[in-house]
Parts: sequence; structure tokens; C-alpha cells
Amino acid sequence: MLYEQELKTFVEGTTNFFEVAAQQPATLGSPYLMEGSPAVHEYTGVINISGKREGVVYFTAPKAMLTVLLMKMQEHDFSHETMRDLVGEVANTISGNARRDFGRDFVISVPSVLTGEKKPEIPRKPGLRSFIIPINWRSHSAKLVVSLT
Amino acid sequence: MNGKARRSFKLMIVDDSNIMRRRIERSQQFEELELVGTAGNGEDALELFKKTDPDVVTMDLTMPRMDGIECIGRLVALKPSIRILVISALADKATAVEAMERGANGFLNKPFTDRQLNEAIAELMR
Repeated sequence: MLYEQELKTFVEGTTNFFEVAAQQPATLGSPYLMEGSPAVHEYTGVINISGKREGVVYFTAPKAMLTVLLMKMQEHDFSHETMRDLVGEVANTISGNARRDFGRDFVISVPSVLTGEKKPEIPRKPGLRSFIIPINWRSHSAKLVVSLT
Repeated sequence: MNGKARRSFKLMIVDDSNIMRRRIERSQQFEELELVGTAGNGEDALELFKKTDPDVVTMDLTMPRMDGIECIGRLVALKPSIRILVISALADKATAVEAMERGANGFLNKPFTDRQLNEAIAELMR
């Protein structure tokens, strides 16, 4: 079962991502237990987790936030494909960094990306718990969702 | 002029993210590195390797079709002198150790700064 203390690695990974990749720290809200199926933003990068733990980790963000993030990363391509690429890369980086604490048996998939209102499927597994970590960066809001056994 | 020609190295960038490939290409500051191609997975990297014979490779690990760990082993078998810098989000020590055992020469975690990238490449070419 996913314990609240284990979220620390995802909080640190998200903080580190914005500090290093965008040279501007994000403010993270307190994680809270997810109930039901919360709304997603325009772009959602999903990582499936297998091995010692099972579930998904996803990062969902609005286009406006991703556009500014790309600018801060010195990118000049703001196409739909680049937005998809970025949201997947953010999810991949945060999930991959979590192996520092979870170890190599925390197996991460390549990212899949959903756009519009499509929501990631959360697997029904015994003991699975889902937490939402709110992310505020500049004037934008995004979410990291961690659903793990 | 000291008569010493500066050696040039052929660079191949392997990462499934276009953004990351462009970032590495843009941020590396070595005049002696000539980019000969980029690939989005291990299979394409092997094909590109056969056509371009790179000396230096930056290698992502989590990729579709063929992952970076397998690709490193294949590249080293084809060219033992190749220098490979792994650039990956996977932050556990066991993965870094496995990559090095397969033949990688350096490991840089994502996300990274331009300075960290250039220091890692400099170390690789030393």
C-alpha cells in the first residue's frame, strides 16, 4: 500500500524538475487522497508502474503552462507533438527519479500521452491508493497523481 | 600555431524525446563534436551507428522497441572504443552500475543543467 511518507520522493522529484529544467521553482501543495475521478488538464503524461509496486503515475498540465515551460527550456517548437513530448518527459523524469528511493524493481513504462478530457485508467488492484500532489508554477496549476499499491 | 590538429569526434544522440535530443544538441559546447545523427530508440540507433560510425553517444535508457541498456551492449560489441554517456531519469544505483557494466562510460541523471551536461561530456572525452 502506498503510504503518505512515500510521496516525499515524488514531491522532491517534481520540485527538482522545475528548479533544474525551468530554472524556476514550483510550489507544491499538500498531497491529498484522490476520490473519484478528478478532472485532467489538456495534456496528460502517463507512466505505468510494474514490478514490486503496481499502478500509474501521471502528470497533467494545461497547454499554457507547457508553452511557458518550453520557452524556459529554450524550445522554439510549440506544436501539439512537442506538448505531448514534454508532458510525457516530465512524467518520465519524475517517475524515473523515484527509483532513487523505490529501487530498480520500481519498473516504469515509456510514457503514453492523453489529450483533451481523456482520463488515465487507474488499475483496480488490492491495496492501491491514489494521491494528488498539486503543482503551482508561475500563474499555472498542474497535478501529479500517484496511484500505487 | 602549434601544428597539432584538434581531433574531432562524431556524436550520436539517442533519446525517445525530441525535446531532449534538441536540448542535448543545443547545449553541448564542444567544437570538436560533430553531430552525425539522432535516434529515438535502440533499434534505430543501431541502424544509424552502422551508417555513421559515431565515436561518442549520449544514450537514454527507457525507450520503445529496444531500451538503452541492450543498445549499449550491442554498440560496445560493434565498436569497443565507443564512448557512451547515459542520460536517463532512472536514478537508482543498480541501473547506473548495470549500464557501466554493459560498457557505458558515464551516467548523467535527468533533469540536468547545461553545465552538468558539458562536464559529463568533457569527462567522457578525456
